[in-house]
Amino acid sequence: MRVYMALLKLRVYHGLQYRIAALAGIATQFFWGTIMIMVFLAFYGDSVSVGGFSTTQLVTYIWLQQAFLSFIVLWLRDTELFELIRTGNIAYELCRPLNIYGFWYTKLIATRIANAMLRCMPILIVAMFIPEKYRMSLPESTESFMLFAVTLLLGLAINVAISMFIYISVFVTLSPMGSLLIFSVVGEFFAGLVIPIPLMPQWLRNIVMVLPFRYVGDLPFRVYSGNIPPSEAFLGIAIQIIWLTALILFGKKLMQSALKHLVVQGG
Amino acid sequence: MRIFLRYAKMWLKSQMVYKTSFILLCIGQFFVPFFVFVGLYLLFDRFDTLSGWSFSEIALLYGVVHMAFSISECLVRGFDSFSTLVRTGDFDRLLVRPLPTALQVLGSKFEFTRIGRLLQGIIIFVIGVSGIDVQWTLLKMSAVAFMVIGATFIMSGLFIIFATFSFWTIEGLEIANIFTDGGREMTQYPLLIYAKPIQKFFTFIVPFGVVNYIPLMYLLDRGPYDHPVYAFIPLMGVLFILPSLLFWNFGVKHYKSTGS
Repeated sequence: MRVYMALLKLRVYHGLQYRIAALAGIATQFFWGTIMIMVFLAFYGDSVSVGGFSTTQLVTYIWLQQAFLSFIVLWLRDTELFELIRTGNIAYELCRPLNIYGFWYTKLIATRIANAMLRCMPILIVAMFIPEKYRMSLPESTESFMLFAVTLLLGLAINVAISMFIYISVFVTLSPMGSLLIFSVVGEFFAGLVIPIPLMPQWLRNIVMVLPFRYVGDLPFRVYSGNIPPSEAFLGIAIQIIWLTALILFGKKLMQSALKHLVVQGG
Repeated sequence: MRIFLRYAKMWLKSQMVYKTSFILLCIGQFFVPFFVFVGLYLLFDRFDTLSGWSFSEIALLYGVVHMAFSISECLVRGFDSFSTLVRTGDFDRLLVRPLPTALQVLGSKFEFTRIGRLLQGIIIFVIGVSGIDVQWTLLKMSAVAFMVIGATFIMSGLFIIFATFSFWTIEGLEIANIFTDGGREMTQYPLLIYAKPIQKFFTFIVPFGVVNYIPLMYLLDRGPYDHPVYAFIPLMGVLFILPSLLFWNFGVKHYKSTGS
């Protein structure tokens, strides 16, 4: 475990170097958030709440999505890892005295943490001081905030576990484009990135509830704004832990069998 | 023009070499925005109207915007990836050839996989049209064509402008996405739903307005834009290419090779 923690720290520092790139990202995400909020508010029209999801909760939901985008999207990828598999350099990785699943998992989670560390604060701070209509609200209560932090981190862990399947699939397909596309389009839709899950019709929400994707972004953001009360949040955390364990176990197993059949690309 | 077509043919052939990959990318280009459209459909399922606009009306606009965007991305892709040419110093080679630089950059890349997105746009446009009760006159049909043409030129102009910046910045500007991808996402809704400053910016500075709500309201016979003259307004978008090209030429004059 200590090895992984050291690795995590190292990779986070590595990721924190890209500050100028982050600046552009912040501007883009801020614009994106504003546009999305305006569209959704136009849909709301004069109503203040739809299906128990109020406009303030909606605005907060969108800002949190933008601020923690690197925690919840699936398209964020490490091209280095794809190259390793494609070029055959993975042979060197296999020589390391580390479990390759754990090694890659740590690397991926570190990139996302560094990315969010650079971007989330400026976005959140600005979002708290803009005109009231678009302003992000404070957490519902201290309890909500604590639960938000827990669910957000567990969500990140689940998301990385899901994204590991993209890398594993490359062992078979050798090209990441296809699986990346399918995973990100389908996964992000069911995670509420296209439209917030509370605005989906009931039949679709039933589907969403049995998939792991909503536990990445949707759950923490609604816990924050009190749309999901603390009592329900504890149940959410339990489900998150179950999903996380299942995804990691399954991923590890899949990776092992992929490695067994691995043909190292020469040249 | 002949050279332009030559370039296009060359790229089509080269992209067809990897047929499976080409087809898969086309399918991807079809489905990515399609999920956004599904989201739109679900929102209308929930809310019925968007500040007085119906689902079919938005679908029509959405279709037009995506058609225009896919055409311009297919043709003007060379400008989108232009910063690499500057960084590697390969732009020097373009300067010594006896052809306008803009034409050569234009020919440096075509992205035919965007046909998937184009198809998606057409389908959604048809869905939109079939749900609207409008008398389709010849003028109205040409107004739709003008919308696609005008929007294509505006998008292309934006690609050119942001490519020009890389003469100074060397790196590509990530901010450009706000105007290109952001412009697309934004203009798939009538600009009137946004806050005033945004509306004004995207009508008078980047003239998306002339291919957006103005002709849309003309098509739907809504005041104050129901006069036939508004059918031709989208063509003003074509003019946007002129300052873009001027800026490009200005940039070329100030180009200093990286020497690498």
